Formats: sequence, structure tokens, C-alpha cells
Amino acid sequence: MNVLSALARLLIFPGLLFAIPAGWLFLWIERKVVARAQRRVGPPFMQPFFDFMKLMGKETPLRQGPGGQFVKAWPLLSVAASAGALSLLPVLPRSGGFTGDLVLLLGLLELPSFFLIVAGFSSRSLFGEIGSAREAALSISYNLVFLMAAVSLGVAQGSFQLDDLAQAPASPLRWLGIAAMVLCLPAKLHLNPFSIPDAEQEIYAGPMTEYAGAELGLWELAHGLEWVASIGLVACLAIPHTGIAVADALVFVVLSILAVVLLAGLAAATARVTIDSAVRFYGWSAAAVAVVLAAGTLLVRLRL
Amino acid sequence: MSFWRRLICSCRRRSPWLFHMNAGSCNGCDIELVASLTPRYDVEQLGIQLRGSPRHADILCISGPVTHGTAEAIRTVYGQVMAPKAVVAIGSCPASTNAFVGSPSVDGPLNKHIPVDVFIPGCPPRPDAIVRGIAKAVSILAERAERPAADAAAEEGAQ
Repeated sequence: MNVLSALARLLIFPGLLFAIPAGWLFLWIERKVVARAQRRVGPPFMQPFFDFMKLMGKETPLRQGPGGQFVKAWPLLSVAASAGALSLLPVLPRSGGFTGDLVLLLGLLELPSFFLIVAGFSSRSLFGEIGSAREAALSISYNLVFLMAAVSLGVAQGSFQLDDLAQAPASPLRWLGIAAMVLCLPAKLHLNPFSIPDAEQEIYAGPMTEYAGAELGLWELAHGLEWVASIGLVACLAIPHTGIAVADALVFVVLSILAVVLLAGLAAATARVTIDSAVRFYGWSAAAVAVVLAAGTLLVRLRL
Repeated sequence: MSFWRRLICSCRRRSPWLFHMNAGSCNGCDIELVASLTPRYDVEQLGIQLRGSPRHADILCISGPVTHGTAEAIRTVYGQVMAPKAVVAIGSCPASTNAFVGSPSVDGPLNKHIPVDVFIPGCPPRPDAIVRGIAKAVSILAERAERPAADAAAEEGAQ
């Protein structure tokens, strides 16, 4: 029974069967909102699906040797890590089975970014290397804030277990954590003020420059899954859990879509900043979050 | 043809990605290509996207009369676009070298170097002409994908 429920989470909800169409939906909403903000009509509803299927039918460059095998493996590993993160999301109340904690979830969420960095370097393209170096700098700077958010959630609830976190009532420290996570989302998803690593046209396609065909399709799929997983994490933590599975799932989906629309609006309204401004922004944010977090933790401890 | 291949062909028709390359163009055609992405023409409705890397592209758009400096680069980039692919020559320059005919620095026209599928004449062509030319390239691309073997033979012949 435990294995079955864990498999259901990985493969059905909130795993692949739900997350792949949801990822495509999110990618479409993002492109559509940006297009509407620019007074364009925008892509048709099925566009991300068409793009994915087309990429699956295209040739891939010949890659030789163990290095070439690794280049092929990174997008697949990235999809696997995102799917793993998705299966841990505490959307539905758990009935036994494998229960991960927040640390594991954050680790799995961070893996696609790590694979992207390695992929850019191992593709041996100059633009891939520049993109990877930027992704590495950006990832280190926003992760300061992201990990601080995780700590504040843990302190607020006294536990890193996802179920406890999802079920517990909201407290000010928890909202601080959620706000800090939202602050990191544009950088995590490479959205516009922080679309620095794969800055299109500027450094060709960043780490993805040398990827084509099915491999590129898998990267796009992993990106869609990353959207669902990271927005889903914020939505899970922000919604009040009713205990009715269908209502929980519905509120989760609606809140996720709302978050996508907001992020896309931000992307449409802003232009790309340079990597040093982005690092400086997240450095200052981390300092601010740290001060509030330390003060809040002290208050919580003193009250105990 | 199997269901899977039919599905991929129909998706290919709806999601052509472009890579634009300037082969010594005066920028007139480049501006018109960018104009077709703007709100008035909005080619994203047709699933068309301008991509940063030739590896991602299905259709290679080339403007300009092909100068000596760009001829080698054109062949390299053509090789980097993965099959199935199509080539669109934007403007009169790649078709006939236009005003630059006889110039010592020009090594055109474009089909001397790579096989071209669609020529869009004009100096510069209007964005609607470019959109129409790309639509034509898309249908060529889809037909080509249905018969990959015949196409490979044709390409061998061209080279």
C-alpha cells in the first residue's frame, strides 16, 4: 500500500500525469500573458505541446565518448529530479508511505539548476559556458534567500516534515518564509528581470546553445515541471488545508495559476538586469530576510 | 504512416522556430523580419519563434548578398541546424545579390552555398510577404519530414 501510494504520487498527482500538462499550461499562460501585455494575440493553447512533440521528432547532434553520453544524460536527470520534487509536494494529506522533508524537497528542486550548469560547461560551447557561469552566480545568490526561507518555515513550525508544515496554521514567520520564496521564483524560473543565464539573443541560448531535438525537448519539459514544482511548493504552504482532498487540490491549482499570471506580468513589465545587479539584489534581500528572521526567532524562543 | 509520425508532422507544421542570420545585409530586411514579430503582425500566433541558437531552429532565415566573410559562416550554421530543416532567403540580395551585383567583396547568390527552399523578393520585402514565405517554408518542411529519404538524396545532389 505504501509503495502504491508513493508511486501514485510520483506518476499521477501531483506527479507526472498531472504535472506535465500543468507545466505546458503554465508555459502557455506565461507566453500568453506576456503577449497580451504587449498587445499581441499570443500563441495558441496547445503551443507548448506542439513545440515538445516537434522537438521529439527532430534529429540530435552526434555526440561521442563518455562526455557525449553525459551531455545526453543531463536533461533526463533534470526531468527525473523535478518529478521527484513534485511527488514530495504535500498537496494531499498523506496516508503513510514515503514522507520526505523540506530539505530533500529543496535539494531536488535545486538539482535541475545544477544539471543546467554542468550541461552548459560540458557542451563546450562558449555561450554555454558564459550562461552556466551566470546560472551558477545567480543560483548561489538566490539560494541564500531560499534557504533562509526554509529555515524560517522550520522555526515557525518546529519541524521540517512537509506534512506538519502543510497542516500547521499560518504564523508571521511562515509568511516571511513564503514571501522570501516568492522573491526567489523569477530567478529560479529564469523569468524576466533575472532571465540572465539563458539570455536569448544576448548569449545565444546560454547553457542550452548546443542542445537540439529530443534533448532540448526534455529540457523544456524539465523547465515546465520546475514551474509546477516551485510554484506548487509556495501554493501548498500558502493555502489553508481543509482536509477534503478535492477542495485542497482545486485551491492548489487555482492559486498556482494565479502565481503564474503574476510572475508573467512581472516578466512582461521588466527588462533583464545585469548579473551583478541581480547578485547585489539577492545579497541585500538575504540580509533583510536574515535580520527579520533572527528577530522573529528570538521572539518565538522568548515566548516559549 | 504511423499515428506517431502523423502527430509529429502536424506539430511540426504548428511550431516552426527560426534562426536569423545576416550575410552582409544592409539591415533593411532584418528590421522587417523583426517587424513581423511585433504586435501588428505577431507571428507567435502561428507558433513561430525567433530562437537564439541555430541548433534549436527548423527554418534558417538569411538576409544579405553573402559577402566573402560570411560564406563560410553560412555553411557552418547550415550544418548546425538539425534535420528536418528549410532555408528562407529574405530580400532580393540573397536571390540575386541585388544592388551589390559584381562587387568584389560579394560571393553570392545564396544558393551557390546552400540549398534554398523559399526566396522572398523585395528590397526590403514587407512583413506580410515574409510571413507568407515562412508559411510556405513550413509546408515544405512538413512534406520533407514525411519523406526523409527522398529529401536526403536531393540534398546530396545539391551539394
